[in-house]
Amino acid sequence: MCNQSVGLIQRVIEYAGMSTVSISLLREITEKIRPPRALFVPYPLGYPLGEPNNAALQTRIMQSAFALLTRTDAPVLESFHP
Amino acid sequence: MAQIDDVELTERLFLKGYPFGKYSPRPNDPASMAVTPLRKPLPACTVALVTTAGLSLPDQRPFDATIRMGDTSFREIPATISPQLLEMHQRSWAFDHTGVLRDRNLAFPLDRLREMVERGAIGAIAPHHYSFMGSVAGPRKLIHETAPEVARRLVADAVDVVLLTPV
Repeated sequence: MCNQSVGLIQRVIEYAGMSTVSISLLREITEKIRPPRALFVPYPLGYPLGEPNNAALQTRIMQSAFALLTRTDAPVLESFHP
Repeated sequence: MAQIDDVELTERLFLKGYPFGKYSPRPNDPASMAVTPLRKPLPACTVALVTTAGLSLPDQRPFDATIRMGDTSFREIPATISPQLLEMHQRSWAFDHTGVLRDRNLAFPLDRLREMVERGAIGAIAPHHYSFMGSVAGPRKLIHETAPEVARRLVADAVDVVLLTPV
């Protein structure tokens, strides 16, 4: 449900004129909601930025997500490769 | 890797039967199809966080897990707080809460944004960030009321980029 809510909120914010990117934990739901840009990460539910207290991994995931911001060929759904 | 089959049986049956396709973008609804190109380089952008982790400050009303179709309200979180102060109120037990309880940055990476500003990777951190509780089975109010209100506040803060995180 969280993945649906994120995608729906994201579409509203993008429509309001900001560039958005989201993390996806459930690819099949993100594929249905199709927010403009999403990075699918291979982690369990509850772990969108990988691991607690692992700043290096959290930063790499965020950088990979931010790298999608220049894309306009929406919907963009890329995978993070640890 | 998370899959729908990971979640508990009752929630999985709900998810399997849930009409996610109902909320797919529709060509006749421009709001569902919008794309906003990045207007300036990321090191010049003001960045905000939006999460559905159900985080709130101790002095804010907690999310209400008893609302049947989901609590569509949001909490505004000032950029000045320490993330570890945030409480998590979640209707969903479909996921493991322990990671976020150990480190709020796992879902609300405010400390990571601070490091990115110091490195010059992003321009600035928005003054306000937003938290929803993600378990919203009936998202009509979310789509038409609370998410647009958050979008208006982000625009008022001159936010360029928003990173959204589920749990």
